[in-house]
Amino acid sequence: MIDTKKLTVSASPHQKSAATTTRIMLDVIIALVPAGIAAVLVFGLRALAVILVSVVSCVLAEFLSRKAMKKEDTVTDLSAIVTGLLLAYNLPAGIPFWIVALGAVVAIVVIKQMFGGIGQNFINPALGARVILMSAFPGRMSAGAFADTNRIGWGVDTVTGATPMGLVGLDGVKEGAPTLMEMFLGTTSGCIGEVSALALLLGGIYLMVRKVISPIIPCTFVATVAIFCTFAQGFDMYAVAYELLGGGLFLGAIFMATDYTTSPITNKGKLIAGIFCGVVTCIIRLWGSLPEGVSFSIILMNVFVPYFEDWTAPTPFGFIKEKKQKKAKEETKA
Amino acid sequence: MASLNIAGVRKPAAKGHGGAHVAHHKNTSAMPVERMPVPASVTIPLSQHIGAPNEAQVKVGDVVKVGQVIGSTDAFVSAPVHATISGTVKAIKPVRIVNGNMVNAVVIESDGEMALSEDVKPPVIESKQDFLNAVRASGLVGLGGAGFPTHVKLAFKEDAGVDTLIINAAECEPYITVDHREMLDHPQDILSGVKEVVKWLGFKNAYIGIEDNKPDAMQVLLKTMEENEEFKDVVQIIALPSTYPQGAEKVLIYSATGRQVPPGKLPSDVGCVVMNVQSVSFLGRYLKTGKPLVSRSLTVDGGAVAEPKNLRAPLGTMYSDILEYCGGFKEEPYKIMAGGPMMGLATIDAEVPLLKNNNAITCLAKGAVKVKPTRACIRCGRCVEACPMCLEPTLIEKKAHLKDVDGLNKASVMTCMECGSCAFACPSGRPLVQYMRLGKAIIREAGAKK
Ligand code: SF4
Ligand code: SF4
Repeated sequence: MIDTKKLTVSASPHQKSAATTTRIMLDVIIALVPAGIAAVLVFGLRALAVILVSVVSCVLAEFLSRKAMKKEDTVTDLSAIVTGLLLAYNLPAGIPFWIVALGAVVAIVVIKQMFGGIGQNFINPALGARVILMSAFPGRMSAGAFADTNRIGWGVDTVTGATPMGLVGLDGVKEGAPTLMEMFLGTTSGCIGEVSALALLLGGIYLMVRKVISPIIPCTFVATVAIFCTFAQGFDMYAVAYELLGGGLFLGAIFMATDYTTSPITNKGKLIAGIFCGVVTCIIRLWGSLPEGVSFSIILMNVFVPYFEDWTAPTPFGFIKEKKQKKAKEETKA
Repeated sequence: MASLNIAGVRKPAAKGHGGAHVAHHKNTSAMPVERMPVPASVTIPLSQHIGAPNEAQVKVGDVVKVGQVIGSTDAFVSAPVHATISGTVKAIKPVRIVNGNMVNAVVIESDGEMALSEDVKPPVIESKQDFLNAVRASGLVGLGGAGFPTHVKLAFKEDAGVDTLIINAAECEPYITVDHREMLDHPQDILSGVKEVVKWLGFKNAYIGIEDNKPDAMQVLLKTMEENEEFKDVVQIIALPSTYPQGAEKVLIYSATGRQVPPGKLPSDVGCVVMNVQSVSFLGRYLKTGKPLVSRSLTVDGGAVAEPKNLRAPLGTMYSDILEYCGGFKEEPYKIMAGGPMMGLATIDAEVPLLKNNNAITCLAKGAVKVKPTRACIRCGRCVEACPMCLEPTLIEKKAHLKDVDGLNKASVMTCMECGSCAFACPSGRPLVQYMRLGKAIIREAGAKK
């Protein structure tokens, strides 16, 4: 006789795809590795230390806050590691460790868990923490902190003092700025993760090939900045290239603006979000008092996501325009 | 299969959104349908259709023959049920069917004869009404779907502008291959069935939609039409992409004609009628022999079955008998369901009878199913990408949590056909199909209150 006592009964579908949250987060972590290696090459072990402090603090914060709220543990979904990496990549290498840890607590506890955990926060945790740290410790977070790396003695000599974005404005590229090649490869200064456009690009291509992110936001974001700057800089392509390679544009466009939770879920919404980020970035960079606009543009975009999604909600099947329906009828009649 | 090019095969009229790339597992496609030996007894539920229940036309102790009516009613929306083996009626009692409901059923003990009833003779058809009456008498219901009586589906108003017959041979569910076999082994029955339906109901177009992973089936149909004068150009073949759920009625109609069935409407509202390939093939045979629907072919597979097979079994055969005939299990089954793994119904045990619309018994082995931990939605958008109905399943889940009737209506939850593409794609293992059902229930409840 056939023993079927131990059957599972549940609703369809009974088969599922291979995709899991953990695997997606692992892919993002893998994609962030090249930029991390570039950072260590440029800034030395100090950068690695910042990354480790950030990741460990984020994971601890996630674990403890879930415990305190008596909710199921979510460390295994690996999202806290992603946040930790992104936070570190948005900090200068010379930043004191306690500020890093503080940033991790702000990102995970205040921005992510207090709003309900993964999928619920309305702004990107790493970026939110960065902006809060920037307002709280402007000195430690700004250009000056980059030079600290050498003073602490963990750094390497190739690092120039000021961030390149301070050296490019509406009047073109200033004296003393690094060459474009240096900026592409990453041998300049800047936040830990934003120095090497090449490394970021590699990670981005990996994510797109793995279908973890859609290319819409990165492409429209970067393209908008390119077009906007071409006109604003009066076709000074050298300055435009600077704008593209510097200031965390690639880091933001590939890894932050594409964050599932805080970007539009619809393709058309993604398109709007990418263009929005590009325009806001350029306005801040060229006319604002901050040298850098990527983080703010993304946070602003995060806030508008519900509207973008509402405007671009897909038309459900069957709500087809009458004309089109008629045309389909005519065609099959023939 | 990207560039399938067979002369005489049409491309789809429109390309639908989304869908899921589900592994096909068509392991049994090379196995012709074998006839299962007559079981010792069958349990035939009296109602195997959507509509009014049948009343028993036999009593305990009666001797019945194959094809004799054992359950019927006068209601229009219903289909009679016939004895599927010859023998003695042992009991008439409620039994549990695969969806968990209790239904009155006739238990027949076999005399091993399979003697055909005297009532079985080819129907005489002179008018459309005769044709519809014959279809009703055959007991035919949709053999691939929910079990809607075919004669009701075909009884559309003459002035309704229904012009297109679409035969569903997509067979998009994993594992199932009986439709494929039907086309390879019985192309003449299919074509003569289509021909009769077109003739009596006056369709202008007849299409058969076949997924492009079955080019051999297309070739066989084309060849049969070419070689037989009577079947010349009976049906136009449409090569559908092999993505799930091409066989869903609305998706199929869209692919074949570019017409979209609006929510709450029927295919006939856009001038189409969809019939399963098994149904037309059955009709083709029935109109010649008069033998009503007493058996059906089904695929028994799913990884856990020792000898996967395509079988023809009498309706009312117990799943346990069928599984035993297939050598039992080679691995401990984790789930047994009627139908395929995407839309099939999981059953609590194998003590349920084979129904008219069961096209497969799928037994998944423990390791074969991906069990994902249910985590919070990460808003990745995969469900939105996957939905063939262009809905936002994650948004509907949220609205269902909030019991937000207006929000659910606005999100058009009623358009959902419960195909499962969204839940298949979700990396967080959200039980999205259940939320769709919950959303629909909330709307119905709100509607009932008004
Ligand atoms: S089950 Fe419903 S919501 Fe999900 S993909 Fe299918 S039609 Fe869309
Ligand atoms: S697929 Fe799952 S995790 Fe992704 S948006 Fe839909 S419900 Fe959320």
